[in-house]
Amino acid sequence: MRKKKKGKEVLLQGNEAIVEGAIRAGLKFFAGYPITPATEIAELLALKLPRIGGTFIQMEDEIASIAAVIGASLAGAKSMTATSGPGFSLMQENIGFAIMAEVPCVIVDCMRAGPSTGLPTSPSQGDVMQARWGTHGDHPIIVLCPSTVKECFSLTILAFNFSERFRIPVILLVDEIVAHMRENICLEDENIEIVNRVKPSVPPEWYIPYEDTPSGVPPMANFGDGYRYHVTGLTHDVKGFPTSRPEEVDPFIRRLFRKISQNFKELQLGESFETEDAEICIIAYGCVARSAKRACIEARQRGIRAGLLKLKTLWPFMRTEVEKVLQRARVVIVPEMNMGQISREVKRVNRGQSKVFTINKVDGTPITPEEILLKIKEVY
Amino acid sequence: MGEVTKLIHKYLRHDKKFPHVWCPGCGIGILLGSLIRAIDGCGFKKDEVVLVSGIGCTGRLPVYVDFNTLHTTHGRALAFATGIKLAKPQLKVIVVMGDGDAVAIGGNHFIHAARRNVDLKAVVVNNSVYGMTGGQYSPTTPYGAKTSTSPYFHIERPFKISELAIVSGASFVARSTVYHVKLLDELLKRAFLKKGFSVVEVISHCHTQYGKINRIGSAVDMLIWQREHAIPVDKAREMKEEELTDRFVIGVLQDRDFPTFEEEYEKVRKMAKKFTEI
Ligand SMILES: Cc1ncc(C[n+]2csc(CCOP(=O)(O)OP(=O)(O)O)c2C)c(N)n1
Ligand code: SF4
Ligand SMILES: [Mg+2]
Repeated sequence: MRKKKKGKEVLLQGNEAIVEGAIRAGLKFFAGYPITPATEIAELLALKLPRIGGTFIQMEDEIASIAAVIGASLAGAKSMTATSGPGFSLMQENIGFAIMAEVPCVIVDCMRAGPSTGLPTSPSQGDVMQARWGTHGDHPIIVLCPSTVKECFSLTILAFNFSERFRIPVILLVDEIVAHMRENICLEDENIEIVNRVKPSVPPEWYIPYEDTPSGVPPMANFGDGYRYHVTGLTHDVKGFPTSRPEEVDPFIRRLFRKISQNFKELQLGESFETEDAEICIIAYGCVARSAKRACIEARQRGIRAGLLKLKTLWPFMRTEVEKVLQRARVVIVPEMNMGQISREVKRVNRGQSKVFTINKVDGTPITPEEILLKIKEVY
Repeated sequence: MGEVTKLIHKYLRHDKKFPHVWCPGCGIGILLGSLIRAIDGCGFKKDEVVLVSGIGCTGRLPVYVDFNTLHTTHGRALAFATGIKLAKPQLKVIVVMGDGDAVAIGGNHFIHAARRNVDLKAVVVNNSVYGMTGGQYSPTTPYGAKTSTSPYFHIERPFKISELAIVSGASFVARSTVYHVKLLDELLKRAFLKKGFSVVEVISHCHTQYGKINRIGSAVDMLIWQREHAIPVDKAREMKEEELTDRFVIGVLQDRDFPTFEEEYEKVRKMAKKFTEI
């Protein structure tokens, strides 16, 4: 077997790896507004984007930032913004616009403890449900969550890939610990294919911008490419024109869901650690998954068969993987830095197969391996 | 074919479900005609024009015309447009907004767009009211006027949109009414050809809401009101301050040159490329 050539390792912060991932994915436009703990992303892109012919702009607020990002994407640039809870709240209306008008873009939310201004520099996982349901109306969404610096890089690329492929905003939900933590990473060794939006192959006069396709995703023409069409946040017909006719509204909303649901399998990014024979299984994500892994190792040293399912996709919820865990393990623990957001989902799909316990921490400090281990011993 | 028919054929979307949403007699239709004549007069290609709007009666304008059209969220049209222009500077980005859209919910974006001087063309239809939602007061509703949310009388002082644009740093600022349609054609054309953030404030009427509740009369009566209250900028210069109260000035109010954001950012790109990876 030929040994894979190893590239140079660099010590990167989570936020820095997100920037590297975004540039690798083809980022050309960033608009943002400073906020801890996401600011490094903006600062680094202010430095790097002009070097590669891209554009960085600091807007007057987060509403304007996400609006500019959507505008730039409509003009053909891969676009991103980064923020934290307060700014993420401000972005919600326009995130809904991007879902409705099917405009690809990436939104990074470096979670801090809330509600409101909360604890600006303390970690939290409080925005899981906001990422799912923050914007009004019934809608699908994709939310990815890294727990290592390497995943900050790779999941950022995947976030762009998914957003381009499915024409949907993708949210990268990062907790303050992962955003600010430093780890070694070799960028050259990460070979992830880059996906670009499918452009129309028909001449402009045949182009139907919101036509259904087998994939549920219509090809996307960029503004200025010769395909003049209408984009609106109003419910629209296949041509993009506003409609309120039930026979046009219904298939449109259903298509928005279908384009995601029929690709469920591919969107389920998880990692199992010793789950095969686990009697007790932890389901965790973000920085908590790191503590959970440590706790599993220590539990096993004490003869307790513990395992971990790490969620890298938070939404759509990884139902199939979670169900497998619930069928196998006698006890499931869901530790989270909130009052129980993913654990609700786990309980929802449980149907009595397993006992589900939670660890909920909301004091702005991380969940430690010891705390998880203690819970393991308690419920074992 | 007459000139008007030719323009209708060339620029209106014939596969769009007409009739349009506007009340018969509304000034927004007059603006639509003017906008088309101005764009045609500038010689822009349809493919290079992006027409962006917010939400409101005015916000419904782009859907009828055959350009790249974008109907955004209430108040945010300029921010969307900023992204479009910076991602593809060769596009001609024209933004139409209502008064509420531009200077209430979108007020922050409006002043910052003017300050930043991205090469956007802002056309603000000022009908002194929230037309679409049923005639509530807006930031340009005059003191004392009645609206559905000031049923007794309005107690706030209005913004002057053009003056706000000037002090915020816009390169070009002009005002017309929908009555002065020849002037409107001319001002729009000048704004579209001008480099930098340009604003044309269009005084219009909402006879079905504002006109009715204030007993001003029909659309025609409101057009006559526009004729009688507008003072051309040359004439205004010779008038005293107090003669101008309750009047407004029409014409080019500001025309100056600043480098655009895009031009300045090109310099940033050049400088950035000189630095090696850190
Ligand atoms: C965030 C948000 N708030 C409120 C509304 C409701 N709304 C729609 S149009 C409008 C006001 C429109 O007034 P204006 O901008 O002056 O436009 P006009 O209808 O007069 O042309 C409002 C408040 C909305 N669509 N979105
Ligand atoms: S409500 Fe007023 S602004 Fe809206 S279309 Fe009717 S007249 Fe015009
Ligand atoms: Mg109005």
